[in-house]
Amino acid sequence: MTRTRPPLSLTTAAVAGAAFLLLPLVSLADRTPWHSLPHLLTTTSAVTALRLSLECSLGALALSLVVGVPLAWLLARVDFRGKSVLRAAVTLPLVLPPVVGGVALLLAFGRHGVIPLSLAFTTWGAILAEAFVALPFLVLAVEGALLGIDERYDDVAATLGSGTTRTFFRVTLPMVLPALAAGSALAWARALGEFGATITFAGNLPGSTQTLPLDVYLTLQNDPDAAVALSTLLLALSLVVLVAMRSRWRLTR
Amino acid sequence: MSRRALGTAVAVAALLTACGGNSNNTGSKPRTITVFAAASLTNAFAAEAAAYTKQSGVHVRFSFAGSQDLVAQLNQGAPADAVATADTATLGKLTVHLSGATTLFARNRLVIVTAPGNPKHIRSAADLAKPSVVVVLAAPTVPAGKYAVKALQAAHVTVHPKSLEDNVRGVLTKVELGEADAGIVYVTDAQSAGAKVGTVALPTSPIATYPAAAVDAAGQGFVDFLTSPAGQAILARFGFLPPR
Amino acid sequence: MTNVTTIDLRASVGTFTVHVAAECKPGDVVAVVGPNGAGKSTFLRALAGLIPATGTLTVGGVDVLDRPPARRHVGWVPQDGALFPHLTALDNVAFGLRGRQGRPAAQRWLDRLGIGDLAHRRPAALSGGQAQKVALARALAREPRVLLLDEPLAALDVEARTDVRRSLRAHLGDFDGVTMLVTHDPVDVMTLASRVLALDAGAVVQDSTVTGVTTAPRTPWLAALMGSNGFYARTAAGALALDGGGVLVAADMPAGDGVDVLAVVPAHAVAVHRGRPEGSARNVWPATVRDLAVVGGRVRVTLGGAPTVLADVTTAAAADLGLAEGVDVWASVKATEVTVVVL
Repeated sequence: MTRTRPPLSLTTAAVAGAAFLLLPLVSLADRTPWHSLPHLLTTTSAVTALRLSLECSLGALALSLVVGVPLAWLLARVDFRGKSVLRAAVTLPLVLPPVVGGVALLLAFGRHGVIPLSLAFTTWGAILAEAFVALPFLVLAVEGALLGIDERYDDVAATLGSGTTRTFFRVTLPMVLPALAAGSALAWARALGEFGATITFAGNLPGSTQTLPLDVYLTLQNDPDAAVALSTLLLALSLVVLVAMRSRWRLTR
Repeated sequence: MSRRALGTAVAVAALLTACGGNSNNTGSKPRTITVFAAASLTNAFAAEAAAYTKQSGVHVRFSFAGSQDLVAQLNQGAPADAVATADTATLGKLTVHLSGATTLFARNRLVIVTAPGNPKHIRSAADLAKPSVVVVLAAPTVPAGKYAVKALQAAHVTVHPKSLEDNVRGVLTKVELGEADAGIVYVTDAQSAGAKVGTVALPTSPIATYPAAAVDAAGQGFVDFLTSPAGQAILARFGFLPPR
Repeated sequence: MTNVTTIDLRASVGTFTVHVAAECKPGDVVAVVGPNGAGKSTFLRALAGLIPATGTLTVGGVDVLDRPPARRHVGWVPQDGALFPHLTALDNVAFGLRGRQGRPAAQRWLDRLGIGDLAHRRPAALSGGQAQKVALARALAREPRVLLLDEPLAALDVEARTDVRRSLRAHLGDFDGVTMLVTHDPVDVMTLASRVLALDAGAVVQDSTVTGVTTAPRTPWLAALMGSNGFYARTAAGALALDGGGVLVAADMPAGDGVDVLAVVPAHAVAVHRGRPEGSARNVWPATVRDLAVVGGRVRVTLGGAPTVLADVTTAAAADLGLAEGVDVWASVKATEVTVVVL
């Protein structure tokens, strides 16, 4: 092997960084009451919350894809005034405290909101809240990939008789597929773990808006064991999907 | 191991040691104390702290959170000089050693709050059972939610809430914004919202008692101040009832 | 004549404007040449309809200027082909063909270009030359009236270049539309083109046959492209006073003084000597070797002097003369080797 040895100072810091991220997760696994786990995870409330979490996070992902991919395309391919402002605004939910995001959603789509859809306290509200925080991950990933694609492919497609819509679906979209997959995985994971915006905008009711993170938070107050079990479930679920996605990106590259 | 790598290792070790250090100063009298207090005490305690500082010269900083969270944090070793919760049962779950006795310093009760203008014409707890009325409550895992369930049971009313908020302030926000038609919160919360909500009495409400305890000697002064005439006057101003 | 393609296009990119007017017959292979930034790619993109242009563009008698790229009957092969990386060679070619006949037709085109066995490979698994052939098949499959090739051989190594050039020669010969071929290689001009359209600074500086450019280039750059030296000059007292300094005498001189000309001296016509030559050459001047490069088995020597000139000598001659950078030599050119192009 002729590969140079990495400098020890960097390695040390990297190991410290990895430990910082992994230790809390390992501690959680350590505290998990493994023998009573099947029982804790099959309680009605856990199953309901899990099912709802999957529905909501997949719904949020679908919503993010439907509006996020065109949004990324707009940012990457179309020149218009105020584009830099829009680009900043799209990333805002990344830094906005989710609770504030939830209040903002209430003011926009609440019963007395700008667009009074009365989505608060409905599963649609939970999906909307999760999409609000997940969307930036998808838009950023896809926009970055679109910017990396040579626009000559669009031009070639045009000279080959392809309209812009056909070019988008047959050329552009397949070429950003790896980034789309990566962005989707991150957006979905973010939606799955979303707490603040959901509880503020959609409220917390088992079966309709009480997703797994909300269940964890409230269960923590009187049954820490069950809360740890639910957290482990959430963690395992995200881990499986993220690892699966990661190996897939490698295959497609 | 190279010299540079050694330097990094030492720096990491130093950092870890520094983080593990105990911030509690047990030597000379501290000029700032830390009090963990229930979220519903936020406004009243800010005024209490100002008065206490003027009287004693000791500054008070607060960590406001749900009572359950406070107790969990203290049990995990969070540094505090005193703690005040919204119910005695929660404080009872504290496993750390307290330096003084538990003192009841205030009581509170629940009230029905309605959206501004009371559009659904709510007059009593019975109106909360109407299907057209959107009701939100605090989750039964937090004290306010527990009391609300008892109050509604005592009134023989079955309510189907649209949401069980993780804290009582969440209930207030939803009602203030008109998202919910009605909710059940502490009298003190309703008072802090002023004209933004309407109130309807809830006679069947249990009485919530607020206990405080000093975790160390430095916190005892503040706990004592809460039950002094000056401290009680401030609590009354914010709508709390005297501890009998 | 409805088969004529008439071009009179004006297109702008930023502050740069290209204006090209030309008329082409079916079967014309037009080499579009010019220095970098002359506007060659801009011209092609304007023809393809990828950037807005004003003027006239009739293809086979039909005005297509207002049509989108898809309906112009124009095929475009950009530099390095730009094959869709996620599609196989076959699907790349079939992309522009609609309907159920698309794939069989695409396969036939790949077969015609001799790469039918590569149909199911993705572009990443193709060599540069193979990719160019697929790109060519993709453009030809739509049977365009105008085929635009933007430096199709520039990115290829020597071997692939020869192979693809042979392929191009065969298929451009069969192609009955107009081909516009952007290139920097005189070999492409001589082996593929029937005509040369030279651009400089956005304007046409020469539109002639290949022979016309070889024998009478109108700019020094064109002369250099074809392996000659070109000097802007003005006639004065029976000789050519070069704008850049120096005097040349030509056997065939235009009448009168003050005529603006381009004096063309092929590089192989410049002789190099260590001492002042005693021969019959009319043009003799001292020079210093500035640069040496081996081109196709010969040595191309840049001689600094008045004028500065490129000379092609055999490797044996270069060794005999002991040519090296900084060596002082003499250059000579016979008057019969100096061609005068009146501008």
